[in-house]
Amino acid sequence: MSDMNTAMVEKYRNDFLKEVVANVEEGHWVKMCMQCGVCSGSCPLGPHWAHPPQEIFMMIRAGKRDEVLSSDSMWMCTSCYNCIVRCPRELPITHIMHGLATYAKRLGLAPRNQPTSQFSEIFWNNMMKRGRVNELKLGLSLYFKDGFGQGVKNALANQKLGMNMMKAKRMSPAEFFGGHGVEDTSGLQKMIKKAEEIELARLNANK
Amino acid sequence: MAKYEYSYYPGCSSQDGASSSNLKRSIDTMCEELDVKLNEIPDWNCCSASIGYGSGGVLPRMALSARNIALSEEHNPGQDIVATCAACWLATKEAAERFKDDENFFQEANTVLAEANLKMTNQTPIRHMCEVLIEDIGYDKLAEGVKKPLEGVKIAGYVGCQTNRPFGIDGESFENPMYLDKMVESLGGDAITTYEKKVQCCGGALAFSEPEKSQEMIKGIIEAAYDNGADMIATPCPLCQANVEIYQDQINERFGTKFEMPVVYYSQLIGVAYGRSAEDAALDGQIIKAKKLEDIVGK
Amino acid sequence: MSDEKKFAAFTCTGCGIGDRLDVKQLEMTATRDGKMPSCQTHEMLCSKEGVAMIQNAIDNDGVNHIMIAACSRRAKIEAFHFPTVAMSRANLREGVIWARPEGDEHQETTQEMADDYIRMACAEVRFMEVSQPSGEQGCVENILIVGGGVSGMTAALEAAAAGFHCHIVEKEGQLGGWAARWHKRIPFRAAPEGTPNTLTAYLPEPVDNDVADLIAQVEANDKITVHLNARVTRTSGAPGRFSADITTESGQLVTENYGAIVQASGWKPFDIDSLPKYGHQHPDVITNVELEQMAREAGDGPIKRPSDGKEVKSVAFVQNAGQASDKEGYLPYHSGIGDLVSIKQALYFKAQNGDDCDTTILYNNLRTPGAAGEDFYRSGQQKMVTFTKGEVNEVANGGNGATVRFKDKILDEDVELPVDLVVLDIGMVPNAGPDPYAANESLEGMSDEDREEAKEKMASETAVTVESILNLDYRQGTDLPQLKWGFTDSHFICFPYETRRTGIYACGPVRRPMDIRQAQDDATGAAMKAIQAAVHATHGEAVHPRVGDLSYPRFRKEGCTQCKRCTVECPFGAINEDEQRYPQFNESRCRRCGTCMGACPVRVISFANYSIDTVGQQLKNVDIPDEFEEKPRILVLACENDAYPALDQAAMSGQEISPWARVIPVRCLGSVSLSWINDSMNSGYDGVIMMGCKRGDDYQCHFVRGSTMAAERMRKVGDTLQTLNLEPDRVAVHEVAITDIERAPRLIREMEEVIERVGLSPFKF
Repeated sequence: MSDMNTAMVEKYRNDFLKEVVANVEEGHWVKMCMQCGVCSGSCPLGPHWAHPPQEIFMMIRAGKRDEVLSSDSMWMCTSCYNCIVRCPRELPITHIMHGLATYAKRLGLAPRNQPTSQFSEIFWNNMMKRGRVNELKLGLSLYFKDGFGQGVKNALANQKLGMNMMKAKRMSPAEFFGGHGVEDTSGLQKMIKKAEEIELARLNANK
Repeated sequence: MAKYEYSYYPGCSSQDGASSSNLKRSIDTMCEELDVKLNEIPDWNCCSASIGYGSGGVLPRMALSARNIALSEEHNPGQDIVATCAACWLATKEAAERFKDDENFFQEANTVLAEANLKMTNQTPIRHMCEVLIEDIGYDKLAEGVKKPLEGVKIAGYVGCQTNRPFGIDGESFENPMYLDKMVESLGGDAITTYEKKVQCCGGALAFSEPEKSQEMIKGIIEAAYDNGADMIATPCPLCQANVEIYQDQINERFGTKFEMPVVYYSQLIGVAYGRSAEDAALDGQIIKAKKLEDIVGK
Repeated sequence: MSDEKKFAAFTCTGCGIGDRLDVKQLEMTATRDGKMPSCQTHEMLCSKEGVAMIQNAIDNDGVNHIMIAACSRRAKIEAFHFPTVAMSRANLREGVIWARPEGDEHQETTQEMADDYIRMACAEVRFMEVSQPSGEQGCVENILIVGGGVSGMTAALEAAAAGFHCHIVEKEGQLGGWAARWHKRIPFRAAPEGTPNTLTAYLPEPVDNDVADLIAQVEANDKITVHLNARVTRTSGAPGRFSADITTESGQLVTENYGAIVQASGWKPFDIDSLPKYGHQHPDVITNVELEQMAREAGDGPIKRPSDGKEVKSVAFVQNAGQASDKEGYLPYHSGIGDLVSIKQALYFKAQNGDDCDTTILYNNLRTPGAAGEDFYRSGQQKMVTFTKGEVNEVANGGNGATVRFKDKILDEDVELPVDLVVLDIGMVPNAGPDPYAANESLEGMSDEDREEAKEKMASETAVTVESILNLDYRQGTDLPQLKWGFTDSHFICFPYETRRTGIYACGPVRRPMDIRQAQDDATGAAMKAIQAAVHATHGEAVHPRVGDLSYPRFRKEGCTQCKRCTVECPFGAINEDEQRYPQFNESRCRRCGTCMGACPVRVISFANYSIDTVGQQLKNVDIPDEFEEKPRILVLACENDAYPALDQAAMSGQEISPWARVIPVRCLGSVSLSWINDSMNSGYDGVIMMGCKRGDDYQCHFVRGSTMAAERMRKVGDTLQTLNLEPDRVAVHEVAITDIERAPRLIREMEEVIERVGLSPFKF
């Protein structure tokens, strides 16, 4: 558990909803949910959520902090935006789910081996290196995320796919050595660093 | 001077050697035919798609889009930003909307941009290439240039998620958008208007992280195309195209199906209907060959 | 007007009647069989010229009985409006040509149908009298309003604004009822159109209580007289001439005359103490009614916990407490507005005890009716009221504070919620008098003797616990009949204000649970209906549904056996008994349904324009072909309110109606005399169908009980058929709604099939 987490527990001891309102992207909308369940019924991965969005909202109001933040549910979101366009109360549900995931990860509460959480991190790091995604390296890091042995296995399983892509000129081994990127990498990285500082400062102020 | 001119945001996957390089190639051909000039935003960066949230907070993610908007304003002033990738369009447009809704957020974004000596006024419309086709050019104009109508080709228009939600195309519904069908009809093809999976999610980024769950959904998308008698699926979205096309082998293995359903871009259909070569229409970028389109090219 | 009947017949050839039918033949039928002295034909009888032709006969030839053979009696009623004469109408358009296909093979039966309808209409008018008001009524421009709450005051102000005087009788010492005691009220309006869906947008909030303004308006109005601490101790008479005794607590008696009455007797809170699981016995568990008092006393300051005076920092609202359950001791219905009340009260805490006061509303199904409803719900959410879907199992004492044990129905788990205060959303119970038919309902289906016996037994066993509101001196009980759960009977969709006592209109929560806004709308409607009833009574005209009808029931005293069936069966309590135990009709209480006529075993009751003969002679004047012609005849007695228009519409929409059917509209199945069934069987009809409105709790009968009465009586038809040695299938009773335009003709075809199966009637001569 992170220090930030300890601090947040301390501050919002009895009111997880207020914590979500203060710290989670679009979290102030949670209170407006009317529990109709259209979001849960509209989610393409609905059956795979331990707690579908409707339930997550109810759990937040019921103060189930640990269950929500350590849940792998939010990580099931494919960002299809079906819930958003159907919600009769117009809650930005997709963004709230992303926000909860971000917050859980920041507090160190997100489930450790959750594949989408890991992929998300790999993606971000891959992109931040040169400002654009290097698909080849992204694929490889994903295969090898669980160690070398599993990586080889994964790579072999997807060998045919890779060959197909290369044949169609939609994957290039050249990407492994450098590849695409922005020119002003340092400017971009400075920007993101600044953005993270501003955000962290805001969170710290809420502790 | 070209008739139409836009500030172009191609996105990571459209780059050479990337997974939707074929989209870019067919877009270039299409724009040539329609007298559209695309001015690439110099030094554009990744939008972080819809999966960046695991590590990136709201501001860092939005800052990525702010940079692209700022670069476009600086180098392609007065031009609408046009994206061809659903995620690129959505992320940029979403960021622009949030900057508009929240002045404080807008100020923060500019503070961040200053680190790279950039600034934005955020006055630029953020548009999808389909909007350009429908709103600026129009179906009638699109039909005028057809040299080889896609006669007899049955096409399931698969709009997917992010081209359709939450913004979508003006005048279309979220549940049953018809614009791909109208495009197909304009090109002389047979649109399968009853295709019930046209806005079904393909799994998005979870195709990588949760292949089992995603492939089950992709299976449904392909199955419905077969059930409706489709010769191929057409889509505007690079991730939809890739997810639905490239895993068919794995799906066949997993579920015992025998799928071999071509998945193409609307821009490829236009290239073919306008009489361009297979290479110009990027048909060589197919992993599952679009035979019926190749036949038309060969006519 | 002379007493002599002078007849004239008129036939229209428009709308295709002339093309489809042999008009010469029709005229001959009218004059020869129908015994009309003349029959004039016009190509468009409803045109100015056509109407002038009829008017001329009335004005210049002294004609006072006319037969019009044209369209349905439901069509062209403005054109064919001749109030000074008796009139019958032969339905040649909807009833014949539109109901039958064209073609030579159908011509014979179609013409036969038309000729029969002419014969029937001629026979009907021959036995009609010209309706004239009895002259019994006066008009008193004075309305009695029982109850001085929001409903009663609103009714009074509305009636006064229309120029009527009103007397409000209020049992308490002040006006205003419960609503005057509320701290604030539920908002009436939604957020303004175009309000953005943002978290800071202004949404409706509780509104300052404005009942005091209403009281001031009433007190300042010189058309309104208020009687406080008073009750209505006797009501007699009828619309237009009610007389009521108003007695005050101190014993003063005022007797006044009234044109009509509005009963706005309101509601009382459900007694939740009978259900200990809700914990009302604990000090920090209160009802929503009690909270209003506390909030009000707190002014704008914090609401305090009753047990120790601590400022409330957490409160739970238990929705639907003791309501909507068929379990013993619960209210069987949901009061509808309790969720709005709890949102309002939760916002008291947010405003008076601070944003950080935890407010939880435990609901099962949240209902927020009214214009502001959904926005008010959002308003509560916006201010961080927590809405939890849960079923409360128990409210336990917490020493100071209380604990709610509930099942969270979203998260599917048992939860204990300790709070400073629990507020119970209890239901609204109508303040009604005793139901005059409470005993009858449970006795339905018994024989007459058993029923009387059981009734007497019940009367002696049950002590009267409910105090009367109106103290009517009606033969059929002291108060308004109820539908269920103590609410006064009125049809919620078709005729919401009508009670089963003409000229007495119920409004407000005595009719169904409602909030201030709804009660005010309701009261306005009731006031308008009351004025209408008083004015109609002046002219001797009926009110809903036979609005304007001048006929009224009369009886031949010498034939009456004093059996009391008419007095008992009248759905409107219109008939009392005089000192000699003969029926005493109170015309303006009467709705002209004819249920008394149908009930009378000796056939002495009639209306000027509707009697045993006007129908009996119609069915007897149908030409019954002998059995060798193989043309059956089916008599259809169709309620004029739903079944008859359904048949008209069936014809309009191109459905065929059997060529064997002869349809006679009746005012209500309740008016159908068993003698008609007898006569039709004896005359050689092969089948009889009765079509009436739906009966039972969700009745559609325009006279509420008429259809039920008919169904009861028709159980005895079997005996008649048996005596005649006829198959019971030959008589059918159906419930037909106005929307049954495909089903109604089908029911007639089904009777054709029955006749095919059992054969033609042996009674053809």
